[in-house]
Amino acid sequence: MSVLDSVKFDADGYLEDPKVWTKEIAEAIAKREGVTLTERSWVVINYSRKEFETKGEAPTLRAITKNTDVDTKELYSLFPGGPGKLAAKVSGLHKPTGCI
Amino acid sequence: MAETKPRKLAIIASKGSLDMAYPPLILANAARMSGVEVDLFFTFWGLDIITKKKMNKLNVAVVGNPSMHPWFHIPTLLGIIPGMSAMASAMMRKEIDKLDFPPVGEFVQLVMDAGTNVYGCKMSMDMMKLTEKDLVDGAKVLGAMEFIEMADGAQTLFV
Repeated sequence: MSVLDSVKFDADGYLEDPKVWTKEIAEAIAKREGVTLTERSWVVINYSRKEFETKGEAPTLRAITKNTDVDTKELYSLFPGGPGKLAAKVSGLHKPTGCI
Repeated sequence: MAETKPRKLAIIASKGSLDMAYPPLILANAARMSGVEVDLFFTFWGLDIITKKKMNKLNVAVVGNPSMHPWFHIPTLLGIIPGMSAMASAMMRKEIDKLDFPPVGEFVQLVMDAGTNVYGCKMSMDMMKLTEKDLVDGAKVLGAMEFIEMADGAQTLFV
């Protein structure tokens, strides 16, 4: 049984309740999405979680590249197939509403 | 989730004013953020957006533009006063910055770093006496026919 069986997702695959998120869930979501998490991915995930805790939503990609040492090119290589969706999904957050 | 062919977007940017530079860049960036492949083709005045010497000096037209932001609407008659367009452009740049959107030059770099393919229209470049060296690094020169072939199967947007 996967750790994902115990939590609920919305129709697009985002965790329904971001508060139940754990690092194990992040690893399991990444595996489901075909993404391999590295130390650098965790820089993005930890920042996203921190932003969620203070602002209540997923940060924009621009905020991630401005406030961490991960630049745009690296962000796309860490989350191939669309970091806008994947970084938020793996971080257990809702779909980002920002346009940048 | 079923594996499908990646979605593709082909955007044609034909306008080079400050206000018209943002829609193709925002859409290209949003598409890349969602994992959509993007080809961005700049033609006619749109070329200014990727021309090194012009990209950071784009202006918004005040004369004959009824859709200015309500805070800085400028009647057409006043718009003919020298410096009006520069002033309106400076104000718009400030508003754009407040929303945390980058200036045009930085935005072009951002969408390219995000994997957008950027092309300059060959015919427009010949007309404006531009070469690939005048364009932002990484942009390629392409004929209209080649672009149409490339856009096969893509959703196409004309801005």
